[in-house]
Amino acid sequence: MPEKFDVIVVGAGPAGTACAYVCAKNGLKVLQIERGEYPGSKNVMGGVLYRKQLEEIIPEFWKEAPVERPIVEQNFWFMDKESVVKFGYKGLEWGEEPYNNFTVLRAKFDQWFAEKAVEQGSLLINETVVTECLVENGKVVGVRTDRPDGDVYADVVVLADGVNSLLAKQLGFHKEFRPDEVALAVMEVINLPKEKINDRFNLEDNQGATIEIFGDSTKGNLGTAFIYTNKESINIGVGTTLSSMIKARIKPYELLDYLKNHPMVRNLIEGGESAEYAAHLIPEGGYNSVPKVVGDGVVVVGDAAQLVNAIHREGSNMAMASGRMAAEAIIKAKERNDFSEAGLSSYRDALYNSFIIKDLEKYKDAASLFEENPQYFQYYLPMLNKAMSEFFTVDGVPKKEKQKAMMKMFTGERGKLAVMKDIYRAWKAVK
Amino acid sequence: MSTKTIEEKQYLVRFKCDTKSHLTILDHEVCMTKCPDKLCTLFCPGEVYKWEGTRMQVGYEGCHECGSCRIGCPHQNIKWEYPKGGHGVIFRLA
Repeated sequence: MPEKFDVIVVGAGPAGTACAYVCAKNGLKVLQIERGEYPGSKNVMGGVLYRKQLEEIIPEFWKEAPVERPIVEQNFWFMDKESVVKFGYKGLEWGEEPYNNFTVLRAKFDQWFAEKAVEQGSLLINETVVTECLVENGKVVGVRTDRPDGDVYADVVVLADGVNSLLAKQLGFHKEFRPDEVALAVMEVINLPKEKINDRFNLEDNQGATIEIFGDSTKGNLGTAFIYTNKESINIGVGTTLSSMIKARIKPYELLDYLKNHPMVRNLIEGGESAEYAAHLIPEGGYNSVPKVVGDGVVVVGDAAQLVNAIHREGSNMAMASGRMAAEAIIKAKERNDFSEAGLSSYRDALYNSFIIKDLEKYKDAASLFEENPQYFQYYLPMLNKAMSEFFTVDGVPKKEKQKAMMKMFTGERGKLAVMKDIYRAWKAVK
Repeated sequence: MSTKTIEEKQYLVRFKCDTKSHLTILDHEVCMTKCPDKLCTLFCPGEVYKWEGTRMQVGYEGCHECGSCRIGCPHQNIKWEYPKGGHGVIFRLA
């Protein structure tokens, strides 16, 4: 008789590890299976981890976790070819405990987090691929791995296998994703001395800054670029929906180099030494792409459940919260010894009553609006730059006339009615 | 120096290559006759796919395992699996 566990968690990213941690802490017998050499070796993130959802699992984690810098300044840049309009906030309240968010390097962070679950009694097996879920009479009863005699059984299988989630697809929980449901992002980690980072970003040693860049950073395509400060390196990356990249015939690494050489960006990374290049998909389909998340003997968490809020760049925090909610549902199911879909349904209820699905639902139409209406990125952002240039240039034109000219610029090419319509639709999509 | 080319970028990444490819072109005829744009050669972030006149060359050794090719192939002509456990891309930082 092969060994049987209470829970098998497939994947050792933030969602899987949060689930394994909470299950093990509550006395369940947990096996966590990771296909990489170590947790984090397959995982990529721009780098912002929010404090709240991890703190609910491990209080004061920042005192021991390998975080880079607490973020005290967050910026949005609306960039044109030779100009940028900046909007941001810096607040020293974020530089003190309990902090708001941190930059992290995932290969380091995920290893630490998985080790914490092991300390709680979870068994972690690396370098092992789960090739399929074992299904008996419509119920998931375990997993098949690529190891010899690799079948393992459990009451519940947790699919935390990431954005591609081949396992949820195998179970029929979702169809293959469309190119407009995923974003392809590429990034580089660029080493820079701490002093240079502090000077260029106006920071102290234990302060970080983030910049999200819209507009020319993606050559007007639907997506964003980002620059995040680590202790002694900078993460710089760019992503667009895969569909936009296909439509525009863009090579992602050429877009990254375009960004790195952009006159508004290049001085920030000047003299840096590239340390790593990485590509990854981000599930950006939002509310409409969330698959079935509970079945008989199985739950789906994190990226595998497409839990990403692209507008607020939240993902790893949602992953951890969903992993914790799944664990709490499994613990309840164990008490009643009912691992059916009904027995595990409190996970779905918790998820749909939480900020996670509420936020995804709020923005459910935003992605398709911006995908189908390129004018937001291609027309209004350059126009905003021209308007700001006009506003700040002193050239003897009376201010009242300037204001008129600016308004006319905005409505000129598209017409007043079209502009009003665009504003209304954008407001409706994000309200 | 920060990188300037995809070759320099790929050189920074650690790969532990399996002896067999985890990416399979299901039908090379489809690439040849039905796919004039050969989109995978453009959007693949690891420049894994290279068209060699009559055949799609798959350099699986440099694959980041992102999944774009499986989703983005207009003819669903790429079979996409994970490399054997412990193999494939090994990110050290990101």
